[in-house]
Amino acid sequence: MSEAKEETKPASDKPKPPAKAKGKKDEAKDTLWSRRDFFSLAGWASFTASLGLSSLYFLRLLFPRVLFEPSPKFKAGNPEDYTVGEVSSKWVADQRVWIIREREQLYAILARCTHLGCTPLWLKTENKYKCPCHGSGFTMEGINFEGPAPRPLERLKVELAPDGQILIDKSKKFLFERGEWGKPGSFLRV
Amino acid sequence: MANKPKIPNIAEIMESIKSGKIFNDIAKKFTESQIWTSSFRHGYADTPRNRVLQIASNVWLHLHPVKIHRHALRIKFTWCMGGITFLLFLSTVVTGVILMFYYRPVGEYAYFDMKYLQYDVPFGMLMRNMHRWAAHAMVITVWLHMFRVFLTGSYKPPREFNWVIGVFLVTFTLLLSFTGYLLPWDQLSMWAVTVGTNMARGTPFLGHEGPFQEYVPLISPRYDMRSVLLGGSLVGPPALLRFYVLHCIFIPLVAGALMIVHFWRIRKDGGISGPL
Repeated sequence: MSEAKEETKPASDKPKPPAKAKGKKDEAKDTLWSRRDFFSLAGWASFTASLGLSSLYFLRLLFPRVLFEPSPKFKAGNPEDYTVGEVSSKWVADQRVWIIREREQLYAILARCTHLGCTPLWLKTENKYKCPCHGSGFTMEGINFEGPAPRPLERLKVELAPDGQILIDKSKKFLFERGEWGKPGSFLRV
Repeated sequence: MANKPKIPNIAEIMESIKSGKIFNDIAKKFTESQIWTSSFRHGYADTPRNRVLQIASNVWLHLHPVKIHRHALRIKFTWCMGGITFLLFLSTVVTGVILMFYYRPVGEYAYFDMKYLQYDVPFGMLMRNMHRWAAHAMVITVWLHMFRVFLTGSYKPPREFNWVIGVFLVTFTLLLSFTGYLLPWDQLSMWAVTVGTNMARGTPFLGHEGPFQEYVPLISPRYDMRSVLLGGSLVGPPALLRFYVLHCIFIPLVAGALMIVHFWRIRKDGGISGPL
């Protein structure tokens, strides 16, 4: 193989008249690759390609199409069901989500403390979320202002389903520290 | 009838027993049979040539050096930690295979199979606890082995390649412990693995909460490093099955292959490093 390569190199530079080679070797000099080079290359290429393809198949195989677990999406009724200016705790027990209705917009906050993951409580009289574990406090918008929590609460994707209900997707989060709270999907204009 | 075998009479047999000849004959028949000579290809002759042959022509021994330095036997120098680690690995392999006869990695069965092994299967408790304690001890001894290699400077050239293999082996030892932790399928294992796999969210590039994930297309909670490990988005039956396969097949195979290289490399690098 290495021999054949050495011989083909000058052929690719200039079609020099062959000095010593005779017969079959002349043929190799007329072409870019000798037959042996071509088949060797084709063999290795198809081997690598099939190996690479099957790796891709395997990678895709690791992600099943159907998950037998609770869906991250749920419908939370109509926007009119929520009182303006109030935090609704009615989904906390089932879905761990607060829904906050403001005059112009509506958004959903995940009821998970950003300190160590406990479920805070919405204290209406004190107008704050309070974590019972280590005392982290968050404003109604979810901004941390007391206790060990290092960052604001996480907001979830909200959209309007075709039937007019609020559709909340818990798999898509919007983080304040990344400046995502203004992004489309982080709130619902009503 | 020259070929007819001669039938010895009682007196002759008694005589050969008395003189011990019959035992020599039987031993000779065994040791000269093809099965014997295929299994034991070299005698006990203590010559340098025979010692080389004994080691080099045996698939089980050929990874070992033909000659061992006297200092390699000094327990104060090596602590025998590598060997103890390997012994513990072998005991987890044996007891683990035995446990596999009863354990089913299915959400509905796993916990009860573990309890069944403990309370109903004869010697099941012994096998489970041997597996468990050998695993715990292996983690300890593998660190002590690493510590000894560090203290004696045995990571220095020409042994730096084997040090790297060893670092991989430590990692695989820890991964074996971590994947085995889920299999009892109780609250402790579930939450331990929940915490452990939550770390995979922060994988650079490949975890959906990790740095630089925004530059990788398709990375989401559904398609990232964590969901590969769990086969879903939470620690459920698919995660149990995945951890089982990783624990019983994938990691032991990879670690076993690395061990072969590790042991062979000791010999190639001039045996166990000696006291200076």
